[in-house]
This record gives sequence, structure tokens and C-alpha cells, in this order.
Amino acid sequence: MIPLAHQLLRLACWVLLAPLLPGIINQVKARVAGRRGPPVLQLYYDLARLWRKGVVVSTLASPAFVILPAVAWVSLLGAALLVPLGPAGAALSFHGDVLLMLYLLALGRFCTAWAAMETGSAFEGMGVVREVSYAVLSEAAIVAAVLALCVQTGSVSMVTMLAPTAGAGVVLLGTGLFIVLLAENCRVPFDDPTTHLELTMIHEVMVLDHSGPPLAVILHGASMKLLLFSLLLTQAIVPLAQHGPIAATGLLAGGVLAVTLAVGIVESLLARFAYRRVPLLLTTAFLLCLFALLVAWKGGAS
Amino acid sequence: MSDLTHFTLLANATSVPWSDVPAWPVADFIDAIGAEITRGARLCSLFGVPEGDATQLVAVLAFDADSTLAIGRSTPLTGAFPSLTATHPQAHLFEREIWEQHGLTPEGHPWLKPVRRTHGGAPATGEFFRVDGGEIHEVAVGPVHAGIIEPGHFRFQCAGEEVLHLEIALGYQHRGIEEALVGGPHRTTLIQMETLAGDSSIAHATAHANLIEALTHIEPPLRAQWLRSIALELERLANHTGDLGALAGDVAFLPSSAACGKIRGDFLNLTAEICGNRFGRGLVRPGGCQHDLEPALAARLLERLITTLADSGQAIAWMWDAAAVRARFENVGTVFPAQASELGMVGPAARACGLVRDVRYDHPVGWHRFAQVPVTVWPDGDVFARARVRSLEIQRSGEFLCEQLGAPPESDLFEALDRPAPDTIAVALVEGWRGEVCHVALTDSVGCFRRYKITDPSFHNWIGLALSLRGTAISDFPICNKSFNLSYCGFDL
Repeated sequence: MIPLAHQLLRLACWVLLAPLLPGIINQVKARVAGRRGPPVLQLYYDLARLWRKGVVVSTLASPAFVILPAVAWVSLLGAALLVPLGPAGAALSFHGDVLLMLYLLALGRFCTAWAAMETGSAFEGMGVVREVSYAVLSEAAIVAAVLALCVQTGSVSMVTMLAPTAGAGVVLLGTGLFIVLLAENCRVPFDDPTTHLELTMIHEVMVLDHSGPPLAVILHGASMKLLLFSLLLTQAIVPLAQHGPIAATGLLAGGVLAVTLAVGIVESLLARFAYRRVPLLLTTAFLLCLFALLVAWKGGAS
Repeated sequence: MSDLTHFTLLANATSVPWSDVPAWPVADFIDAIGAEITRGARLCSLFGVPEGDATQLVAVLAFDADSTLAIGRSTPLTGAFPSLTATHPQAHLFEREIWEQHGLTPEGHPWLKPVRRTHGGAPATGEFFRVDGGEIHEVAVGPVHAGIIEPGHFRFQCAGEEVLHLEIALGYQHRGIEEALVGGPHRTTLIQMETLAGDSSIAHATAHANLIEALTHIEPPLRAQWLRSIALELERLANHTGDLGALAGDVAFLPSSAACGKIRGDFLNLTAEICGNRFGRGLVRPGGCQHDLEPALAARLLERLITTLADSGQAIAWMWDAAAVRARFENVGTVFPAQASELGMVGPAARACGLVRDVRYDHPVGWHRFAQVPVTVWPDGDVFARARVRSLEIQRSGEFLCEQLGAPPESDLFEALDRPAPDTIAVALVEGWRGEVCHVALTDSVGCFRRYKITDPSFHNWIGLALSLRGTAISDFPICNKSFNLSYCGFDL
């Protein structure tokens, strides 16, 4: 059993470091566009500001409107604690923890979607429809990626299965997971986190009616999800186990930073896709992960 | 043109005595308008002039190929008149407006509802076209929007992501400008002209100045005409660049979006160099211009213009080079040429449907009689075509400016005006960056405005935006909207 102090430190890492990532992405975007951009710590200021604000609730909405964002946040945090942090391992690790993580992520999505539909707004209804339609495809890609890792390592526990092997599989898996990361975190080319146009939004429009602390919780949850996917991606493609604890931690942090920078650069240089093209890209991600699975399965025999 | 035309013919920015305008009984008048439109005329404006308790209808038609305008009127009438809309859809908004302003009912109008107000309520509370069915959902957007834009209400009928129909309800910015102009020109008139549609200050102020000059029968000094044409093209450059940047922003393509926003400001600053105001307010005055462009300033302006044009060319080239951007624009929000022509669309939106329609070329007045800008046309009618027309117009306006800034005519800048001639009607068309700005003024027996009719290009084109959405994904509404970028306040008056 890992001591309590370690667990608290891990919790603090997740809660306190996650809002840094969107700040870095925005900074990259601003620099590429030749602007100065908002401070890297902007999300922290926003969260602090939102936390002090009151909550506006539609007369149509049930209490679930306020409760569900909290449930979504807790389930995201739960999923996060199952993800190993390189040499520090996971808070909780058991046989099949990867499945629990997938279900916790899905629970988070379910809660956000439900809360969005509480106000009965046409905008949010459209956002939910888009979110869950694309989730079907991106979840298929994640499942394929997880299977590939399972087959590679013969394990269904994340601490051991996140050990990449050299070869073509890593490239396929890395590309597939990066596309999934962009889709799951509503980044360009799937969604535009900076747009003000309700009719084109996916994730942003779902949280349009939220305010104050519930909105803060949603924004924080989104940043944790981004950190979670960056960590998964890094550990799925960088062999950390070969290094000492300090080097491995450095590699992990560097990997997360590289993923964040890559997201920022993609957003700076790429236009957003039309909705009808999104399934094509997500199916591509699924196929990449599927081929990684095939490589892991058949490639080992040769 | 055939001899059958009984309308009074006149050129752009000229006037005719009111008594020379032929008057028909209203049924014959409507038939005559219909016959002229069928023969290829375009309805620039159709409005009522109060005559005691009754109203006279006045039509201004344009024969673009002949560079000629035509005016006709009806005898005074009350009650109802036969609608033209069923056979000639370009009259649809004009007839609704006449119904709203003068209480005359266009009989047989297929969709008679207020243009700017719902009796007693907000425009969005009126009746809307509805599609029924289990999978149909209705999306209402506005009048309060997420961005800092003007108020307008959009009602979408959708099947999933696909828009079946869009209806637009405007009127939130109705300020009563036409009513305020009666008895004018007043001291506030010029300010009202420059703020009719703030981004088209030069176009509306020039149309007004041309109109007053036509009513007083003077020709403004050449140097003023030259300066007006320069300011008009600078206005076009700033707005086209800003809109192309906004289009890039709407598809999340940051490089062009950020650069064009800055370059738009550079163009506006060039206008500010001339007259001290970024939108060109205070420059154009009836009789001439209020600020001169001295040779030293012109040379400096030219130097800065060349740099700014190069910047904008680069920023827009990034956009055309990005396959992801082109894929978003192509085959989205298509308006077919036949629709555009039937609805009487104007400006870049019409030219993007392959219609050769440009007041600077069709009805040249002022400096455009001596120096032409090539008409920019693109055939497809989609968002790509509209963006493409605008980017080509940036190049051509830029070339025009570079040429003209080096060759100023020498003359005075201002000529004193008499009172406008009494009982006279004048028409002035100006190609603003959105399209044809049409001002019509009728004076009373002492030379004050008896009726002043303003038709902003947005008045013709909003219905084009509504049609472009049919069969398009609702998430593509922002880029369709931005490719038109129509004015709310220019429509609402």
C-alpha cells in the first residue's frame, strides 16, 4: 500500500497541474499567430473567478443540472487516479483497471450530456447529439488501442500494459491515440474551443447554460481529461521502464509537454473539419489502432 | 432598349422633374414593372410617396446593360394593389415594406408579414414558416448573439444537421431614418447618412452627396470625385480583408484570421490619414469633400498602401493554400445564378453567382467615368465563390488605388450648393463594398425632402443568405453568414 502522503501528492498533481495544459496550448497558438496571447495561468484565474460566482439555474432544469457536473468531475478524477504516472505508478492498480477507466470516462461524458439536456435548449441538444455520435467512433478507437496494448504485454492492468514495444505498432498506435486525444478533448480539427458560434460547437455548446462553480468544475474536468490522454499517449509510445525514476519522470513530463505543443501547433495550422468529414478521420484513428493491434498480435509470431 | 418603355429614363445621379414621371393606374403600373423586369430590368427600389390620404407607388428600375435607370409611378391609391411578388420575387420585401409603411395591401403576396416590426412586439414574436414532422427540430438564434454583432433573429427548420429552411427576422435597429429625413436636409442628415450602416459610411455619404448634387444641378469638382473614389475603395479593402479574416476564424484557421484582423485596421488607418476618422466620416460632403489629400500625404499613403496590400495578399494566400480551408468553403451555401437573378441580389454576393453586376461599371458616375475597376465574377455561388470574389476585388481595388493615388486631378475641392430644385426626383446608385447602395429623393414645392428612400444592398441580399442555407449543415451557418456579412442596421434603417 502506498502511503497516504504519496496519494495526496498524486491528487494535488492531477488537480493543480491539469489547468496548465490549456494555457500552454493557447500560448503556442498565440505565438504562432504572432500575438502575445493570454497568460499561461489564465485558466487558474478563470477557475478562481468562476468559483466565487453564483449559479444561474433555468426554471426548467432539475437539481441534476448542478449535481451532474460534480459527478462528471469525480468520475474523471477517478479515471485519472487509475492512470500510472510513470515510475510513481497508479494510485490504485488491479487486474482490469483499464476497463474501469474507460467506463469512468464514459460516465463523465454521460453526466455532461445529461446536464446539457436539462435546460431543453436547442443548442445544447445539438451539442449532445454531436458529442455522443462522435464518441461512438472515438471509443471504438480507444478500445482497439487498449486491446493492442493488452496483446503486446499480455496484461490488463495499466501499470504493466503501458510498456511499448519497438516497431511499426508504436507509430500506428501513437498516431491513432493522438487523433483520439484531439477528438475526445474537442480540439481542432474536430471542434474549436475558442469559437463563439453556438451553431458550430460540440463541447462548448453543451456547457453553455452552466455558470459559476459547476462551470469551473466542468472546465477543470476538461483540463484533467486532456492531461489524462496526454499521459496515456506518452506512456504508450515512450519506453519509460528502461530509465531510472528521475529520468523517467523527466521523460514523462517532456512527453506531456510535447503532446501539448503538438496540439497547439495542429490548432495553429489546421482549419476545422466540416462535420461530415469528422467520422472519416475518427474511423482512420480506429483503423490505425486496429492495425497496431494486428501488428501486436501477428507481428510477435514472426 | 425598345420604344415600348414608358418609364422616364435617366442616368445614375441625375434628376427629373416629378411632373415628367409618368403615372399609371396601379394595376397597369404593376403590370408595366413586371413587363420591364421580364425584359431584363432590375428593381432597385419600390416605395410609396404619401399624397394626402392616399399613396403613390414609385418604382426605380435599372437597365444594367444600357447604363440607364427608369422611373415610373402610380396614381394615388388607397386599400390594395395587385402583388408583383408571385411572378417577380425581387419585389417581395418592397411590397411588405409598402404594406408596413403605408397600409396598402399587396393582394396575392405569398408571405405578407412586417419587415421591421411586429405590431406591438419584437420582430421575433411574429409568425414563422414551419416544417412539420417527427424528426424536425427548430433552432432559434438571436436577437442576442454570442459575438459582438448586431441583433437579428434567425429561425432554422432542421432535420438533424441539415437545414431545410431559414427565416430571418430583423428590425431591432429600426431608427426611423427615412421618416427623420422628411423636410430635410437637416443639420443631422449627413451624420445619419454616415451611420446608416457604419461600415459603409463612404458609400452612403457618397450616394447622398451625389443625390443632393443632382437635385441642385451641379457637378462636384473633379478632385472631390477622385477623392471619393479613393475613399470608397479603401472602405472596400478594409471590409473585404476583415471578412476574409473572419471567415478564416470561423473555420478555426488561425494564421489568416489573426493577420487579416490586423491588416483591416491598417486599411482603416489609411482612411484615417485622409480625414481623421477610420470609417471616413466627415470626408464626403454634398458639393465636394471636406479634407484634401495633399501630394506629400498621397505619396505617404501610397507607400503604406503598397505594404499593406502585400501583407493582405500574403495572409489571404495562406488561406487559399490550405486544403482544409478550401474543403470547408467549396460546395457550401450555394445560391444558384437563377435564384440570385430572380431575387435581384447585388454586390459581391451576386457576382459570386456569375452575375455581371457592378454599379461602378454599369452605371458609372463621378470618377468611375474616367477610371474603371474590372468587374470580378466567379461562377459557383458557394462560400468559396463569395470569398474568392472578395479576395480578387482586394487585388483590383488595390491596383486601382495605386494607379489613382499617383495621378490626382487639380481642381477645387468644394463647390457651394444652392437649394435643391423643387418638385424633382433624383436617384443615386453607388457600389459600396456590399453592393448597390440606392438613394432616391423627392423634393416638395420649396425644395425640401418630401420622401427619401434608402435601399441598402442588404435589403436585396438577406433572402440570398436564407436560400444559401437550404440543404446546408446548420454548423456551416457562420461561414455562410460571414461570406455575405450583411448589415442589420442598413436593413433596419
